[in-house]
Amino acid sequence: MAIKERMSGNEAVAFAIRQVNPDVMPAFPITPSTEIPQMVSTYIANGEIDTEFIPVESEHSSMSAVIGAEAAGARSLTATSSAGLALMWEELLLAASNRLPCALTLVNRTLSGPININCDHSDGMGARDTGWIQIYAENNQEAYDNFIQAYPIAEDPRVHLPIMICQDGFITSHAVENIELLEDEIVKDFVGEYQPEEFLLNPGKPVSVGPYSVSNYAMEAKKNQEDALERSSEVILEVAKKFAAVSGREYGLFEEYRTEDADYIILIMGSAAGTAKEAVDELREQGKKVGVLKLRVFRPFPAKEIAQALKGCKAVAVLDRCESYNGNGGPLGSEVTAALFREKVMIEAVNYIYGLAGRDFTVSDATGVFQELEDMVEQGKEVEQYQYIRLRK
Amino acid sequence: MRTDITKIDEKTPHQELTEGLMVFAGGTSKLFNTGEWRTNTPIYYKDKCKQCLLCTPVCPDGCIPVKNSQRQEFDMDHCKGCGICAAVCPFGAIEMKEGQQ
Repeated sequence: MAIKERMSGNEAVAFAIRQVNPDVMPAFPITPSTEIPQMVSTYIANGEIDTEFIPVESEHSSMSAVIGAEAAGARSLTATSSAGLALMWEELLLAASNRLPCALTLVNRTLSGPININCDHSDGMGARDTGWIQIYAENNQEAYDNFIQAYPIAEDPRVHLPIMICQDGFITSHAVENIELLEDEIVKDFVGEYQPEEFLLNPGKPVSVGPYSVSNYAMEAKKNQEDALERSSEVILEVAKKFAAVSGREYGLFEEYRTEDADYIILIMGSAAGTAKEAVDELREQGKKVGVLKLRVFRPFPAKEIAQALKGCKAVAVLDRCESYNGNGGPLGSEVTAALFREKVMIEAVNYIYGLAGRDFTVSDATGVFQELEDMVEQGKEVEQYQYIRLRK
Repeated sequence: MRTDITKIDEKTPHQELTEGLMVFAGGTSKLFNTGEWRTNTPIYYKDKCKQCLLCTPVCPDGCIPVKNSQRQEFDMDHCKGCGICAAVCPFGAIEMKEGQQ
């Protein structure tokens, strides 16, 4: 029987960690993810789990300790946000290239500067080329569900890659919402025991992790890592199917909300997808054919699937909660338009930047975007590419 | 997934290399002849050697084998010719000579 509760996103992820009972958690506090290690520490202090908690002196150390523990054969994880993730930069790449299936619960917060503690996706997007799987949540329920699916994805022998479970800082991490939890036993069975085939603390079976690789080999290793990331798509879908069987909640690489006959689609990631869905419901009542494509799995990037999902619409608005400082749009804007081009899906696409550093994104902002798409297609209105929503000007 | 690194070389396709190029085996550095890197070579004069064994522990590559408390000839497959052994020898029993020798 599912357990009905009300929890914040941080509470939900901490509760999932309690149910998974991983072996090692090194962590360093940073707003807004601090509550996760804090709550896990409480579970440990109360004897509810036997996770080894390592209080480290920085995030550089927390990710280093995760790598060491995971290589030693322990199921490991950490939690962080913003500058904490930035300080892990070097180690993030090593976790992936050493093919270690560790986990990181990221609570998305903007990167400095200007210094600010609120939500946007600049931390996660900054780590987009580190080789980690990245799954984004719309709400606390998804953050919980995604974390429970994390290890079965990462530890699959076809994958062996680290996984980042992302939720929006404060909006999801601190807002309390209703949630359906699974029973401890169900989670335990679903995630299973970690039984790596090869690991460092394995007497008589020595392993060299991360050896120096000369040019004649390193390129091949990178290709293999990329292949594993591509293969993780099918594993993510398989795990989602198994998860649906125990939870009743279905997940894909992305969610298509009322898009089947939609002329105009907003493509968006994270908590603001809920806001965009509300706008869709309002506009649908007025007879407008609009929908939302909510991206769940950002890495691996489901380029072909997105292009196919968008090919029936007249225009898509790609909303980025991150500035890329490249003069050409946000990360989603760049990758989605590249995907459309490669699949020869020649629809109109407009990139918008919204919600930087916690700036509000409201239902009327989303309806405004839909209106602009319609005006562009129906009236031939010139629409500025790569524009900021709610910017004072 | 134990690795037989004698079956991996620079012609091995990427699909047949190990995950993360990790080596799932022990003692494999013996198969890597770092002696090829040598530009200077230590020459051992057995008659001058007092078997004090100061040279053995300072060798970074473990190239001075010891048997029955007596040092043996250099392991030239792995000696990189750094010269630390020659510098530490109090009896002039090791001399560095230019080249691979």
